[in-house]
Amino acid sequence: MAAVLESLLREEVSVAAVVRWIARSTRGSEDNPGEAAALSSLRPLRKEFVPFLLNFLREQSSRVLPQGPPTPAKAPGASAALPGRPGGPSRGSRGARSQLFPPTEAPSTAAEAPLARRGGRRRGPGPARERGGRGLEEGVSGENLPGAGGRRLRGSGSPSRPSLTLSDPPNLSNLEEFPPVGSVPPGPTGRTKPSRRINPTPVSEERSLSKPKTCFTSPPINCVPNSQPSALDTSPWGLGLPPGCRSLQEEREMLRKERSKQLQQSPTPTCPTPELGSPLPSRAGSLTDEPADPARVSSRQRLELVALVYSSCIAENLVPNLFLELFFVFQLLTARRMVTAKNSDPELSPGVLDSLESPLFQSIHDCVFFAVQVLECHFQVLSNLDKGTLKLLAENERLLCFSPALQGRLRAAYEGSVAKVSLAMPPSAQAVSFQPETDNRANFSSDRAFHTFKKQRDVFYEVLREWEDHHEEPGWDFEKGLGSRIRAMMGQLSAACSHSHFVRLFQKQLLQMCQSPGGAGGTVLGEAPDVLSMLGADKLGRLWRLQERLMAPQSSGGPCPPPTFPGCQGFFRDFILSASSFQFNQHLMDSLSLKIRELNGLALPQHEPSDEDGESDVDWQGERRQFAVVLLSLRLLAKFLGFVAFLPYRGPEPPPTGELQDSILALRSQVPPVLDVRTLLQRGLQARRAVLTVPWLVEFLSFADHVVPLLDYYRDIFILLLRLHRSLVLSQESEAKMCFLNKLLLLAVLGWLFQIPTVPEDLFFLEEGPSDAFEVDTVAPEHGLDAAPVVDQQLLYTCCPYIGELRKLLALWVSGSTGRSGGFMRKITPTTTTGLGAQPSGTSQGLQARLAHAFFHNQPPSLRRTVEFVAERIGSNCVKHIKATLVADLVRQAESLLQEQLVTQGEEGGDPAQLLEILCSQLCPHGAQALALGREFCQRKSPGAVRALLPEETPAAVLSSAENIAVGLATEKACAWLSANITALIRREVKAAVSRTLRAQGPEPAARGERRGCSRACEHHAPLPSHLISEIKDVLSLAVGPRDPDEGVSPEHLEQLLGQLGQTLRCRQFLCPPAEQHLAKCSVDLASLLVADQIPILGPPAQYRLERGQARRLLHMLLSLWKEDFQGPVPLQLLLSPRNVGLLADTRPREWDLLLFLLRELVEKGLMGRMEIEACLGSLHQAQWPGDFAEELATLSNLFLAEPHLPEPQLRTCELVQPNRGTVLAQS
Amino acid sequence: MILTKAQYEEIAQCLVSVPPTRQSLRKLKQRFPSQSQATLLSIFSQEYQKHIKRTHGKHHTSEAIESYYQRYLNGVVKNGAAPVLLDLANEVDYAPSLMARLILERFLQEHEETAPSKSVINSMLRDPSQIPDGVLANQVYQCIVNDCCYGPLVDCIKHAIGHEHEVLLRDLLLEKNLSFLDEDQLRAKGYDKTPDFILQVPVAVEGHIIHWIESKASFGDECSHHAYLHDQFWSYWNRFGPGLVIYWYGFIQELDCNRERGILLKACFPTNIVTLCHSIA
Repeated sequence: MAAVLESLLREEVSVAAVVRWIARSTRGSEDNPGEAAALSSLRPLRKEFVPFLLNFLREQSSRVLPQGPPTPAKAPGASAALPGRPGGPSRGSRGARSQLFPPTEAPSTAAEAPLARRGGRRRGPGPARERGGRGLEEGVSGENLPGAGGRRLRGSGSPSRPSLTLSDPPNLSNLEEFPPVGSVPPGPTGRTKPSRRINPTPVSEERSLSKPKTCFTSPPINCVPNSQPSALDTSPWGLGLPPGCRSLQEEREMLRKERSKQLQQSPTPTCPTPELGSPLPSRAGSLTDEPADPARVSSRQRLELVALVYSSCIAENLVPNLFLELFFVFQLLTARRMVTAKNSDPELSPGVLDSLESPLFQSIHDCVFFAVQVLECHFQVLSNLDKGTLKLLAENERLLCFSPALQGRLRAAYEGSVAKVSLAMPPSAQAVSFQPETDNRANFSSDRAFHTFKKQRDVFYEVLREWEDHHEEPGWDFEKGLGSRIRAMMGQLSAACSHSHFVRLFQKQLLQMCQSPGGAGGTVLGEAPDVLSMLGADKLGRLWRLQERLMAPQSSGGPCPPPTFPGCQGFFRDFILSASSFQFNQHLMDSLSLKIRELNGLALPQHEPSDEDGESDVDWQGERRQFAVVLLSLRLLAKFLGFVAFLPYRGPEPPPTGELQDSILALRSQVPPVLDVRTLLQRGLQARRAVLTVPWLVEFLSFADHVVPLLDYYRDIFILLLRLHRSLVLSQESEAKMCFLNKLLLLAVLGWLFQIPTVPEDLFFLEEGPSDAFEVDTVAPEHGLDAAPVVDQQLLYTCCPYIGELRKLLALWVSGSTGRSGGFMRKITPTTTTGLGAQPSGTSQGLQARLAHAFFHNQPPSLRRTVEFVAERIGSNCVKHIKATLVADLVRQAESLLQEQLVTQGEEGGDPAQLLEILCSQLCPHGAQALALGREFCQRKSPGAVRALLPEETPAAVLSSAENIAVGLATEKACAWLSANITALIRREVKAAVSRTLRAQGPEPAARGERRGCSRACEHHAPLPSHLISEIKDVLSLAVGPRDPDEGVSPEHLEQLLGQLGQTLRCRQFLCPPAEQHLAKCSVDLASLLVADQIPILGPPAQYRLERGQARRLLHMLLSLWKEDFQGPVPLQLLLSPRNVGLLADTRPREWDLLLFLLRELVEKGLMGRMEIEACLGSLHQAQWPGDFAEELATLSNLFLAEPHLPEPQLRTCELVQPNRGTVLAQS
Repeated sequence: MILTKAQYEEIAQCLVSVPPTRQSLRKLKQRFPSQSQATLLSIFSQEYQKHIKRTHGKHHTSEAIESYYQRYLNGVVKNGAAPVLLDLANEVDYAPSLMARLILERFLQEHEETAPSKSVINSMLRDPSQIPDGVLANQVYQCIVNDCCYGPLVDCIKHAIGHEHEVLLRDLLLEKNLSFLDEDQLRAKGYDKTPDFILQVPVAVEGHIIHWIESKASFGDECSHHAYLHDQFWSYWNRFGPGLVIYWYGFIQELDCNRERGILLKACFPTNIVTLCHSIA
């Protein structure tokens, strides 16, 4: 590999030829014969060139980036930071091969064996099986680290190792063993080659001390075969430990553990701890930033050449991860200081093109120069970064110094940029609203299921709230805190239907809470727009802005973070894990798959370049938003689908190998995929909807276990993705095929996927890159979604927050190098409501449908959306309207029929089921009217809606066609539903009405029937019923005692009370039936007490009894209330209950006249019939009374019965009693 | 009417083992003249109920019931007109209405062949005339009209108060032109949990979004508020989003801590209601 680079540097071959050589296997026609010859000899090494180049650059830069940046860039030489000396004077050059320092640690022999093994096995992309064995090498777990007190190194290729100590199988790509012809042989210390490109996880001292860090990076991508086992371990913790690969393995092992922990067990939020992407240079000591000076660049030409090759590789998508390389370049640009290589030969005669012998980067100047060279080639990508990054770039003084031209372009790009990106989290969640259509009793199999689910919903939110409160507390554990409650709740979801209800709730809540960090789409698809965002988006924007400032910058955990569940997503992940319910998981997968299919197939509007600019601009705002909402929803759903689907196969243990792996593969290949993603991907590519399909597919695949990429099914997918990746050459002006930002999004997500640990590292370089061969056999529409500008920076950064690491790197440079108040300049895009989703039209059959299709073809897409939307809504409204009119009428008829039935059949009414059948047979035929009514409704409503929504200027013919189509579609939709469901609907409603009526039939006939309301003039100022009951109760309690001697009521108070009672009864506003019943009962009690003269009257002691006249007046008032004002029944018979009549027995002397008076009045006012009273009196005789009382009662009874039916009582009460007691009575 | 926790506790302190009679209420009103009577009564009632819940068990052991019944029998034999049952209840620190129920149940057990059903007992308590024994009927009636915390009359008063405030709230909503769905409409639509009112168009009160309003004609103390949160308010939030609870008789200030979370407490109908402007461009 180095040979290629060397010949390049010696100008034997041109850069273009090299790139062509790498990118396309056999095409050499454009190359000149000399070049071709030079390169063809190296053909077998072709696919190893890129990994070599990348590793070479990392290695070369190791002196500059000594702190081992968290860049997953392979930095075999990043070992410079040794333990105990961060910030200290540099230990010496770790860079390149100018290894002049003796190794500090003795080489460990133990290390050799694994290394050799590895080296042998790692030669290039091997068969899949072999790759599966990756990571098996056991290692010291990361827990040992703190003791070692140093940062871990990925030191396998550390240049500081004497290399030639071990024999290795011959390896053509080993430059030491097979040095390219003409190249200077490696120096005595040996230039080591990186074993593999590594994305290290630097666990730095600072970090391990500050915060428990779950820093993740991706694994190595590919091996350059033949790691040099000879390398000395320079690892700080490596005393006696195997060097190089071994430590690498350990690191990887730790990574894996860490990752699986994170994926499976960790109750802690997986939101990565805020962490600046770039290591803080330890500048505490004498280190200061070196200024970079273009004049002091050591070998321009060489740097230019390498930069060009490197840039070309990036541009051709030969590198797995575009943004990783950019990150690396940014690191070079912002390198603080070079670790001095004391004994290296710094003076290279300028202009002399030396080979790879001397370090590529000899100084900061070289680094910056190289970085700027590369950046110049990628201006287009840079100019599409967010505005904040552009600003920082444009303001970077090094860049200005090295390339004023680039700086100028960047400045211009910054000024023209509108790409403000905000990654603030949305405000805390709202609950999923209750929708009667899906959530009411009718949707459940039984009352029990309905009520169980009611409780479940509440438990779910209770758990969620508790999580919100506690999950950030240290020491709080999801499983401990909530696990048992969740499982208990899942245990209650016995019915399958309950599971699906719960899953629906779960999924909706997931979408609602996690769909978008930031303003990309405040609303959930299909849900009503968030009220908050409607209520003054301005204020809300300000609030969020503030919130964002207060929050630590969100970190995505380096430029290649592992898949995580940030923020609220952690709740849902932990919920799934804690629930550990296979029913739940299955229902969830079903539901997620369904929703993914639905959203993935959504007819998103397609860009039509012919649109006039102004109009399309406005349209695209909405379209982009809608696309963002759909895409983010899809990604979220797919992530969870991947998580749940692969959950059973993932574990902390290393992936299987050998026979075990074979049998697992044989087994797994039988299992159908949870969702046919391969077909969806193929269709997506064909339909040119990669920009929608691929990002969610990547999320899904990122949770795959180690076996998945080995399965044929998924392997096909990876190959498709690789080809796609290769085909997305940014510089190709193929706007018609795919927009720039669309490509950038795909490159970013694919690059990220290729770095996921479970994705085989060599997969990327394995495929012959038939980039041109990636021509999808398109039966596709000319302009697919890919060609539409659906992606903007906000969406790009939302999907790939790790791109933001670039900005952090630059910002860190600013804050570090100058006293400026650097800080992220953040801008907020206020949220707005999301456009309403277009629904795919219904059936598209027949000529009319084809015509309609054709009609839309040449109209702006908004027209079609409008028509479809109107049709969809009107159709749905039509059904509702029919329900509210026709069906409601039928229900009313049913009720009156039922009443008749009940009257004729008596209170019993008969069997409800039978009744229902009778009613339905009478009423259901009327359902036929529904279709006619529905048609009429759609006809009436649709045109107006279309007219209101289309531009005024729409030509009349277009308008009327649009209206007609809308009418047709709406009618079709409504009638399809109605004809299928109207009978069932009527049945259901009638059934509900019947049971309602029968229930109401029950115990309270008084509650039925007509009740009079207040008079029109009533102002509802009457005393409240509760107050009156309370007052009367007080009187009653005074009357029955016990009471203090000074307690009593005045007659005036009693009169007032009854007056108020009248008012209250006349104003029905606040009166409810139970209150009226109690008032009636109390009034009867009061009357009885009056009759028995038991009410203690306040006043001079002489008047301790109510005067007869007053008593009569009060009784009169009561009679009038009973007669006129009570609307419910008054239990007047209680007046003659033994208990109330018995009150008289206690009074001495007994006075019967008031009772007789009352009885007569009752009869006279028609409140009670004589017969009724007679019956009551009759039954009174059966009670046990004192002898004399019984006699008097009998007399009264006789007297009352003997009375002629005269309007006026003629007999005085005194006449009915025996003479000896008559004296008292006579006084009345 | 919004009390601090300290103020509330001062009142609650005065209510320890006070019998639920009108005399007690009168004294309480004299002790705290600045508080509204309704608030005091509500607090009294709630405190007393808490007390009864705590001690309920000890009155329901068979020994206790037997001893109460014997004392009742002895008492009425001596003097049927004396407030035997009421005095007994006050003496053993139990609610008179509940004591009446206890004795009635025991009485019926003795005199009827089958154990009385709950509905029969309830019906007799509502209308003591149905009690076959005249003396017991009077005793029961006396207990019921003298109990200001328990019994059918008190239940009815509470129910009426609740209803009246719902009506009041409805009128206020209508007056403010806020369209809503009430409990009955919600139930008819099949909602599983129904606040008093759901606003068809949400409003904002003191910067908080309100989707629903629940009227509580009682004082919001810690115990009842937590029960309501668990059984009602959070359930409403879970379905309809943030909302407003009106405790017409006041509440403990410190309980109004879930505003940000979506449950706002008020002691009256809010004055500054912000409605959605339809003129937003």
